Amino acid sequence: MTSSVSHANAAPAAHEHEHHDSGSQTVLGFWLYLMTDCILFATAFASYAVLYRNIATGPAGHEIFELPYVAVETAALLLSSLTYGLAMICGHQGKRQAVLGWLAVTFAFGAVFIGMEVNEFHKLIAEGHGPNVSAFLSAFFGLVGLHGLHVTAGLVWMAVMMLEVARRGLGERTLVRLSCLSLFWHFLDIVWICVFTIVYLKGVL
Amino acid sequence: MSQAHQAQAASHGSVKSYLAGFVLSVILTAIPFWMVMSGALPRADAAIGIVVFAIVQILVHLKFFLHLDFTKEGRINTLSFIFTALIIVMLVGLSIWIISSADALMMR
Repeated sequence: MTSSVSHANAAPAAHEHEHHDSGSQTVLGFWLYLMTDCILFATAFASYAVLYRNIATGPAGHEIFELPYVAVETAALLLSSLTYGLAMICGHQGKRQAVLGWLAVTFAFGAVFIGMEVNEFHKLIAEGHGPNVSAFLSAFFGLVGLHGLHVTAGLVWMAVMMLEVARRGLGERTLVRLSCLSLFWHFLDIVWICVFTIVYLKGVL
Repeated sequence: MSQAHQAQAASHGSVKSYLAGFVLSVILTAIPFWMVMSGALPRADAAIGIVVFAIVQILVHLKFFLHLDFTKEGRINTLSFIFTALIIVMLVGLSIWIISSADALMMR
């Protein structure tokens, strides 16, 4: 789907077959992996939905969630999706410095998100609302933590891609890898929509 | 060449389409947050409202950021997503149904 670009300069006849090239198959394969990842998240959401009422002696969601804080986290992640999109556009135009710049901005927004989430977790645990307190808190830390781990993995991957772009430029393989990370990053933003709706907004209601 | 470039623009999005997706997402995020934080709506209405806004925002992300479509190149991605969505609805919906029934039978 996405990686066919670098073939665009090839002979016009090749254009019709460009979606069969190995690059787009790699991206399709990565997309299929993301679909299985979706199911992993779905099981975490199902567990949360089943367990969230069981607060034992601990607090309920509306006692510990701070929506303005979550709104800032959401803004950071949403902005990072936009800046990654701009990095991809510059990538397809072969603008190396611009790609590095946008990737750095995306990385910064992602890091802000993770920093805020770690801070939230730290605060909850320090106040005695750790994952061992109730089924609700176990499910909460499990689900939100799973998303956070994915974002962290995405940040590591992004750092590696920045090194690759800086050293090797924007070759065909690099663009395929950037496309895969693009899918991963936007996918995590979609999962976050479900998290802030089901966990935070529904929890406070 | 120009056709190839148009195809690129379609499958990778343009600055304009990313900005459109971003603005729509900001609106679709702000409204549900407002609905819950202001308490302007009855609880049941707000609960339905936030879910509807989430679904619309997911569709916006799929279109503007992940570029899912029904063109020849993009169809397989879209179909695999729809299949996954079906599995997820069954997985989550049936899990909640079964466990809450078991809960109702045993705990009350």
